[in-house]
Amino acid sequence: MSIRATGATARRVLLQIRRDPRTIALLLVVPAGLLVLLYFIFDGQEATFQKIGAPLCGLFPFIVMFLITSIAMLRERTSGTLERLMTMPLGKADVLFGYGIAFGLLAALQAIVVCSVGFVALGLDSPHGAWLVGLLAIGNAVLGMALGLLASAFARTEFQAVQFMPAFIFPQLLLCGLFVARDSMAPALDTISYALPLTYAYDALALVTEPGDLGGDFAVDVLVVAGATIASLGLGALTLRRRTE
Amino acid sequence: MATDQPAPPAIAIRDLDVVRGDNHVLHGVSLEVPAGKITGLLGPSGCGKSTLMRSIVGVQIVGGGEIEVLGAAAGSPELRPRVGYVTQAPSVYGDLSVAENLGYFGSLYGVGSDRIATTIGTVGLRGFEGRITGTLSGGQRSRVSLATALLNDPDLLVLDEPTVGLDPVLRDELWRTFGELAKAGTTLLVSSHVMDEAGECDELLLMREGRLLRQTTPAALREETGQQDLGKAFLTVIERSEQPS
Repeated sequence: MSIRATGATARRVLLQIRRDPRTIALLLVVPAGLLVLLYFIFDGQEATFQKIGAPLCGLFPFIVMFLITSIAMLRERTSGTLERLMTMPLGKADVLFGYGIAFGLLAALQAIVVCSVGFVALGLDSPHGAWLVGLLAIGNAVLGMALGLLASAFARTEFQAVQFMPAFIFPQLLLCGLFVARDSMAPALDTISYALPLTYAYDALALVTEPGDLGGDFAVDVLVVAGATIASLGLGALTLRRRTE
Repeated sequence: MATDQPAPPAIAIRDLDVVRGDNHVLHGVSLEVPAGKITGLLGPSGCGKSTLMRSIVGVQIVGGGEIEVLGAAAGSPELRPRVGYVTQAPSVYGDLSVAENLGYFGSLYGVGSDRIATTIGTVGLRGFEGRITGTLSGGQRSRVSLATALLNDPDLLVLDEPTVGLDPVLRDELWRTFGELAKAGTTLLVSSHVMDEAGECDELLLMREGRLLRQTTPAALREETGQQDLGKAFLTVIERSEQPS
């Protein structure tokens, strides 16, 4: 891995995104817009909006980064650019971290916008600081990116890649405890939820957006999310093959 | 008079086999590509030219045989800065400008902006630096792709059908560029399914259905077959290879 190659790759990915201003606008506006929508859906039910809206601020970047990474990496694979990069003096880590830095920056921007709208304009509460929600959002975005990278290896077309979102992300969203507390689900589902990284991502956000001590649970959550990110990046690196059929 | 030791070949392949699924793509191909010359790899579409080239640059999973490139095993990390590879479909980023594409690949090789400017001139794209690559014509796009492989002045250039879809004037210019590169010491392996390009090469590799029919030169091929037209000469070789001897 070299700093030059990683930096060049991050810069290149950002240049590509800059060429697509509509994507940037969607990235920044859509999560905030959905939060506003949620605010009016739970009209006058402040407690419910707080319970769902506040953690959601930190989950949007996860969802979006999963999607754009799986498409972006699929494009690299199908356009032949990845194969060419693999014949050049460039490490797999340079590709991974290049994307990680570029999309991490985008995720940070997205988190700033959605947290500003949520915690400032819509009056969501963040007893431990909105900045902590923002940091978790960036961490979750990197997790989403790592999972998206891994998923892209199993898609042959963009149609397939888009379907991975309902296939891999929706079940995690449903089981993570955001909509229904996990202990009131069927016991089997509760057990399964322990194996899903988003459960820990959500749990950390729930702790941060509720009053009370963060405690050891929070540390466990953060460690599990970090571990899942590293594991999927490692698995993703395995799918960046120098030699193919 | 003492004879000079002949220079070692740039590429030496022994008994190369490639199997893709049920498809036996290459059957025991053995050949040598001399250093500092233009070697043409000719044969009809689907005869295994691209697979052979992918094997040489080390991105193809091979079933058996040995490939030595510039004194090292094909695909060795130390070869990556020394071998330039251009795929048949232009593998550059369509959403970046010409200058941004070359800037990215250039920074991976660690070459400066003056080298990038020279290379843009070599492929005849001066004046197109600011154009978005995806909006260029097919021929221009493939020249951007070619330029990225020329950036670091590699010792070996592997070019998969670089002249496909180019108008005759451009094709002529490109072959002149190849000639200049060879004169400067670069080894070129250029594939084509158009036999009239064979006359531009110093050495010829004739392929059909995954087998190497001949390693020869244009002059020797004409003499062997008694055909002045290289296309007809190739047909004669095929006919003779099919007759039981």
